[in-house]
Amino acid sequence: MNHSEAADKFNKDFDRTTWHDETLWWVRQKRDRAAFAIPEWEDLRNMASQIKHNVLSNLDTYLIEFEKNAKANGITVHWAADAHEHNQIVLSILKEQGIQQIVKSKSMLTEECHLNPFLVENGVEVIDTDLGERIVQLADEPPSHIVMPCIHWKKEEIGVLFHKHLGTPEGCADPSTLTLAAREHLREKFLTRRVALTGVNFAVAETGEFVVCTNEGNADMGTHLADVHIACMGIEKIVPKRKHLGVFLRLLARSATGQPITTYSSHFAKPREGQQMHIILVDNGRSRQLGREEFRNSLKCIRCGACMNTCPVYRRSGGHSYHNAVAGPIGSILAPNLDMTKNADLPFASTLCGSCSNVCPVKINIHEQLYSWRQVLTKSGHSPTAKTIGMKAMAAVLSSPSVYRFSGKIGRLTLSNTPFLVNNSLNPWYKQREMPEPPKESFGEWYKKNRK
Amino acid sequence: MSREKILAAVAKNKPTLTPLPEIQDFGNPYSDLVAQFTSVLTTIGGTAVEVRNWEEIQQYVQTHFAGRRMVTNLAPLADMAQQSWLTSDPHSLDDVGLAILEGQFAVAENSAVWVTEAEMGQRVTPFIAETLALVIKKSAILPKMHHAYAQIGAVEYGFGAFIAGPSKTADIEQSLVLGAHGPKSMVAFLID
Ligand code: SF4
Repeated sequence: MNHSEAADKFNKDFDRTTWHDETLWWVRQKRDRAAFAIPEWEDLRNMASQIKHNVLSNLDTYLIEFEKNAKANGITVHWAADAHEHNQIVLSILKEQGIQQIVKSKSMLTEECHLNPFLVENGVEVIDTDLGERIVQLADEPPSHIVMPCIHWKKEEIGVLFHKHLGTPEGCADPSTLTLAAREHLREKFLTRRVALTGVNFAVAETGEFVVCTNEGNADMGTHLADVHIACMGIEKIVPKRKHLGVFLRLLARSATGQPITTYSSHFAKPREGQQMHIILVDNGRSRQLGREEFRNSLKCIRCGACMNTCPVYRRSGGHSYHNAVAGPIGSILAPNLDMTKNADLPFASTLCGSCSNVCPVKINIHEQLYSWRQVLTKSGHSPTAKTIGMKAMAAVLSSPSVYRFSGKIGRLTLSNTPFLVNNSLNPWYKQREMPEPPKESFGEWYKKNRK
Repeated sequence: MSREKILAAVAKNKPTLTPLPEIQDFGNPYSDLVAQFTSVLTTIGGTAVEVRNWEEIQQYVQTHFAGRRMVTNLAPLADMAQQSWLTSDPHSLDDVGLAILEGQFAVAENSAVWVTEAEMGQRVTPFIAETLALVIKKSAILPKMHHAYAQIGAVEYGFGAFIAGPSKTADIEQSLVLGAHGPKSMVAFLID
């Protein structure tokens, strides 16, 4: 199903769509309050963007520096060219340990690599320990948002799910009770699993340490009780120096949820005594994106989710409609790099309003990149059919003044006399939108009549 | 090998080198760092308690946490809590009701407290306890994260964390619940 079909389906339930929309807008407003309270907010965004630009321009050197320092710290460093190799490395570490059960904290990279299904096929039980991720895992779904994985679930539905899987009382939909039940359920897993897998928010070249941010403390509960810690990171997660963390930690949580900082910002530098620590550096298309001049800035992303919370299309279509591990505006730039054919629809799932670029803490020009992808995909014959016909027609109209004038007249006639004609499958812009009252005459017609 | 392949592709595709920006610290906008720290900590679900000495901490603990299993590695509190936990299997800390540890310093803008492995005793302690209490010198409250990293400098640690308030989640319909996995409550003792 492409994005617009999936979005159509999501929109069938009007009340739920409105609820989803409003919930995310509320998070966006919290972000605004947090950002506006910092007078130097714009300076921080500029700094963060410049640091990331330097990282991209010197990434090979930083990766080598990070590897050297991490190794000196006693961490085993692995390199994976693609998702398959990443998954194989994880499996081989587990096999070496003779282990078939792991706990995992949030990692969008492992979603991108489809690690969970791969491990399950190979007989490994994976328990996601972030509450939102556990909920979607029990429901056999992928997360719909990179920061709030089950933002599309209502508490009553979670109540039914937990009643079935965790034995909470039937009909219980109280968030505190449900969270407590999950806490007890997952505490047992933390205490009994010997391998913990985490993502990485930032890795510091200068020191060989990496930082994992959570609010729940699940990454820490997993790793500090486990014999083996496996951390998976995309190669773009590097920052040059420790002091740069100060810039990013000020921006990340404020942009994500409006919190001043996440509850835990854990800096892992060396394995605990007697513990093994592995880090897997994953490319999976990142070096290719680095070579695409118009799109390389997408690698600056710190996965805060702000661009999704603010996006009018994301809010009213839901994360699953993007059929990619990372949804929303940034996902729509990253996905075509992974698979142009499968993800050709995504750069079109945007109004190009630019709100994403305005909130992005690392100043990625998201909406401009979406526009560029449309051109690249259309030129290479990848763009989705309905929008291509509409766009080709629009391009023809806009490039010829006489057709433009004529089509304007037809447009006004069509809208006032036969509005149903505009609402057809060739005009995706009509969906879920009120078309405006057509003016009686265009500015051109008015000007012709009145210029004397 | 993938390592060489990745590094070669990155070297080939990277843009022209751009310089790193200067990192400024943006100064201190707070006239009262203790008040700022306290106000932020309160909004994120923690409790700040100003104390003049260790006896006041002991009194507070006895009033609020009597009957719980307590662990600490702080010498002035040694007689009220266990010490043997420092060398035990970390899994055995599952039933700790209160862990009292020292924070190296705190940050006023976000009420985060910097704690390293040395202060934690065991890495899991501040995460597994039902309540976490951190003792911080009032004079060790810094304005912003930039000051925090200036303070940390190039010092080596095996593990360190900024901890801001109790463990929390809002994954169920954005309702805030304290105590997702780690501490359900967090107290910061601000000592003279
Ligand atoms: S693109 Fe920017 S706003 Fe979107 S998730 Fe990444 S960092 Fe956040």
